[in-house]
Amino acid sequence: MVGRFDFTVIFSNLDILWNGMLITLLLTVVAIVGGILLGTILALMRLSRFKLPAYAAGRFVDAFRATPLILVIFWFYFAVPIVTGRPIGGLYSVLIAFTLFESAYYCEIIRAGIQSIRLPQVHAGLALGLTRWQATRHVVLPQAFRNMVPLLLTQAIVLFQDTSLVYVVGLKDFLTAADLVATRDNRVVEMYLTAAVVYLVICSLGSLWVRRLQRQYAI
Amino acid sequence: MIEIQDVSKWFGDFRVLSNCSTHVAKGEVVVICGPSGSGKSTLIKCINGLESFQEGVITVNGISVGAEGTNLPKLRASIGMVFQNFELFPHMTIAENVCLAQLKVLNRSRAEAEERAAQLLNRVGLSNQAAKHPAQLSGGQQQRVAIARALAMDPIAMLFDEPTSALDPEMINEVLDVMVALAQEGMTMMVVTHEMGFARKVADRVVFMDEGRIEEDARTEEFFGAPRGERAQMFLSKILSH
Repeated sequence: MVGRFDFTVIFSNLDILWNGMLITLLLTVVAIVGGILLGTILALMRLSRFKLPAYAAGRFVDAFRATPLILVIFWFYFAVPIVTGRPIGGLYSVLIAFTLFESAYYCEIIRAGIQSIRLPQVHAGLALGLTRWQATRHVVLPQAFRNMVPLLLTQAIVLFQDTSLVYVVGLKDFLTAADLVATRDNRVVEMYLTAAVVYLVICSLGSLWVRRLQRQYAI
Repeated sequence: MIEIQDVSKWFGDFRVLSNCSTHVAKGEVVVICGPSGSGKSTLIKCINGLESFQEGVITVNGISVGAEGTNLPKLRASIGMVFQNFELFPHMTIAENVCLAQLKVLNRSRAEAEERAAQLLNRVGLSNQAAKHPAQLSGGQQQRVAIARALAMDPIAMLFDEPTSALDPEMINEVLDVMVALAQEGMTMMVVTHEMGFARKVADRVVFMDEGRIEEDARTEEFFGAPRGERAQMFLSKILSH
């Protein structure tokens, strides 16, 4: 027998939900920043004239893109302690797992962005005496990132939702916290509805921002 | 100053340059003309190493461009290049375009670079456009910025790769005027162009290319007076018929 809905359960559990949200946001931000940094390095390696870095980056990306995220999370949780000899805890293992996983996806977005810059732009930089790295750094990457902003943000929204998978190593992200409260206080409908609304609002705001940026950068 | 000796280049099996030899002396202006696909742009890009070549030697001030161990960035910094499609950096302002390589390559201070940029933009008649972005400028204005950007490196020679081909007719002269002034000041220049009026006015020599070969290499008055080769005559009659 289900009683009347009681949404006050949200307010009496605000601290748990908020702590969950902090984990979700921490993971999202770290994976975005780390993923883009690492993804940029991977993309430059993949586009390198040298075979070895291009090959290594290619295999790295293939491996992560062919593996379900949940498996990557498990892997780092159980495998890293075997390698390092001591447990690093759930939070660090998922931070590493998410960053590496996202970097594989960001790599492909960034690679496409870099390839969208026409060769004569690079030539113009080189003709001025810039080195290859300087031309990449000052001419190619700024333009590439401008073209990529919408795609990078879209990937970030997906990532934000994927953080809910960390429950498998016992971390309490926002959704896991909501689930915990729901089953403990027997307020399943209220909590799942609240969680859905929160995800919907945050992701919609993100999408809106993407669309605004797309208009702004459209020629 | 620029020596090109027996340069050949292949794209796969296709030979784009066949035993090209010519030279540009200090202060000389050489115009390269010829039908499209004749290898003019490829040849001029070989001079600063943007294109590689398989045979022959190109030296700039005695430094071999194709040699192993040549500091290409340093060599390129000393030769200005202007492209058909301007190739200003769209994410930077006009002033930043002119300052970038001064800061990163010549290690000038920002104040020094900005002063030089202002001076050169003034010279090409664009001193009030410094804060704008390239997309806000007309093609002719963008090309004049591109010339200023190249001059900011204090080059010993300037290469022009069809600098007016992408321009609307009414903008061609504003760019040619800048180039004529540059030539009259004694700048060493190699110019790929179809602007025969420009060639007549300032060129010391005209090089005519066809199918990757240098077919004519003559003093300007000789070239326009009586080009010897049949192909050069045909080419001239085609582009001068209007």
